[in-house]
Amino acid sequence: MTTLTRGPEAVKLPAPAPAARRRGRALTITLFVLPALVLFLLLVVAPILVAFYASAFRWNGFGGLPTNFIGFDNFTRLFSTEIFRRDLWHLLVLVLLSLCVQLPLSLAIALLLNQRIRGRAVYRLVFFAPYVLSEVITGVLFSLILAPDAGMANQVLALFGADSDWLADPDTVMPSLFLVMTWKYFGFHMMILLAGRQNIPGELIEAAQIDGASGWRTFRHITLPLLGPTIRISVFLSVIYTIQLFDLVWILTGGGPSHSSETMAVTMFEWGFKRSQVGYASAISVVMFVLALVFALFYQRFVMRRDLEGATTSMGGRR
Amino acid sequence: MTRGKKQTPRRNTLPLHLIAWVVGAFVLIPVVYAALGGFKRNSELSTNPFGLPSTWVTGNYTEVLASSSFWLQLWNSTFIAVVTTVLTVGVAALAGFVFARFAFRGREVLFTLFTAGLMFPFAVAILPIFVLLRALGLLGDPLGVILVQAAFGLPLTIIILRGFFRSIPGEIEEAAIIDGCGPFGFFWRILLPMAKPAIATVSVLAVVGSWNNFMLPLVVFTEEANWTLPLGIQQFQGQYASDTARILAYLVLAMIPALGFYAVAERHLVGGLTAGATKG
Repeated sequence: MTTLTRGPEAVKLPAPAPAARRRGRALTITLFVLPALVLFLLLVVAPILVAFYASAFRWNGFGGLPTNFIGFDNFTRLFSTEIFRRDLWHLLVLVLLSLCVQLPLSLAIALLLNQRIRGRAVYRLVFFAPYVLSEVITGVLFSLILAPDAGMANQVLALFGADSDWLADPDTVMPSLFLVMTWKYFGFHMMILLAGRQNIPGELIEAAQIDGASGWRTFRHITLPLLGPTIRISVFLSVIYTIQLFDLVWILTGGGPSHSSETMAVTMFEWGFKRSQVGYASAISVVMFVLALVFALFYQRFVMRRDLEGATTSMGGRR
Repeated sequence: MTRGKKQTPRRNTLPLHLIAWVVGAFVLIPVVYAALGGFKRNSELSTNPFGLPSTWVTGNYTEVLASSSFWLQLWNSTFIAVVTTVLTVGVAALAGFVFARFAFRGREVLFTLFTAGLMFPFAVAILPIFVLLRALGLLGDPLGVILVQAAFGLPLTIIILRGFFRSIPGEIEEAAIIDGCGPFGFFWRILLPMAKPAIATVSVLAVVGSWNNFMLPLVVFTEEANWTLPLGIQQFQGQYASDTARILAYLVLAMIPALGFYAVAERHLVGGLTAGATKG
């Protein structure tokens, strides 16, 4: 806000001589970028750097910066714990489930809503709606629905003579968690994919059909390759999101039963805020950050890069 | 599944509708269950989970509506969302303007720094942010939440706004300068009004992000007077653990503002998310 009032002064400067104008221009640039830069450096960049720094110390989070330097001990301790290895395993499970179940589902529904069927605007509105509800509302709602005894889900299963402990059973907690994630997020991916599908020129599809390509072959050789960039972005967002998954898990299970649905963010939160081992928890933060960074760099270098090269040439040539 | 719907349109669309209905049921049943459940007694919830209530019990809803804590949380959420949005969009618009229309050394480096912020997991920074806010005396202060949310909202907002500002032709800027506009005058009087659709989009994204935020308010607010709706819902569930119908009523009432906002702003939300996704 202060810049808004200071702005007009910067405006008055440029009029006279070229030298003064250049100085005024520099001033404008500085004043306009400064608020964003300060906010970003102070509250985004600095905290991440501090997390790196703190991960090398034994620190309870009090008394200025940490002093009790222990090198990589936090990391060696972290990687030797069963819980953290299971966090990584849960990340892998959720990413694989997202890729193998949620993505095809979202894609199928996006293609369905791309058809000219009556009421598709309503369908779209409904399918996307869960994305707008907060993780807390979603989590609390499903913790009631998936309650082990008389929850609504079990009453449905009872019609078929079955029942499940859902979130309360270590064997079923991950699929149950994934079910809730799918409920909340498939609409988001559907929406991205639908936008991507609508960017494909209709002529290409028509040309294929005139050439006699079946529905499946049109999909396989025209639609799917041209949707590639959108699909890759959808995958990218899924993975980055899953690395920092917290809210839903915290509300639904708190990581339990006995750590069987715990994620890195939940472990970090437990140690950092419940047990005041900020140094150790920071080590978990650093691993999350490095995972996200390495994934992002690798993905953009080797996976998304092809979107630029292959844009016009090798349409059917890749997977 | 994918096979069937690739055929040309104008065929029998019944199978497509059937699939859409199944998906729609998957989405809607939990919400309808909650809405109806709020009108039931707890005993009825387990005997008659899907049907209409045998007697419509309105007590769950009216008691929540009569409680001051629900309205206080609603107000806190609204206040924080509005201030966060104004701050995020204001600050990002200034920076996006410079990134879009000024050439200067280090511009791309700076811009890349901001865009890199898109993939920084928020959870990574939460511990140092907590320590920092405590040192600044901002724990328990809505400003603490607002500033951090604004900082993390900057990357996407700047990217979207810069893209839009760039698309405005240079002739308009030249005309404005000839007419005696300075950079700020051009920004304030010409660029911003022209960028209304983009501003609406980023504002909607900021409102939804703030409204649904849980982790940050969770660590910043300890006093009940500051709680936002997500914190209140979580607490309510703990407090009335066995009173499912009452929790359902609370959930449904808490959904209404979000769904109402969605109904009004759906176009901007979807446009912003898809634009953010394709540029992120």
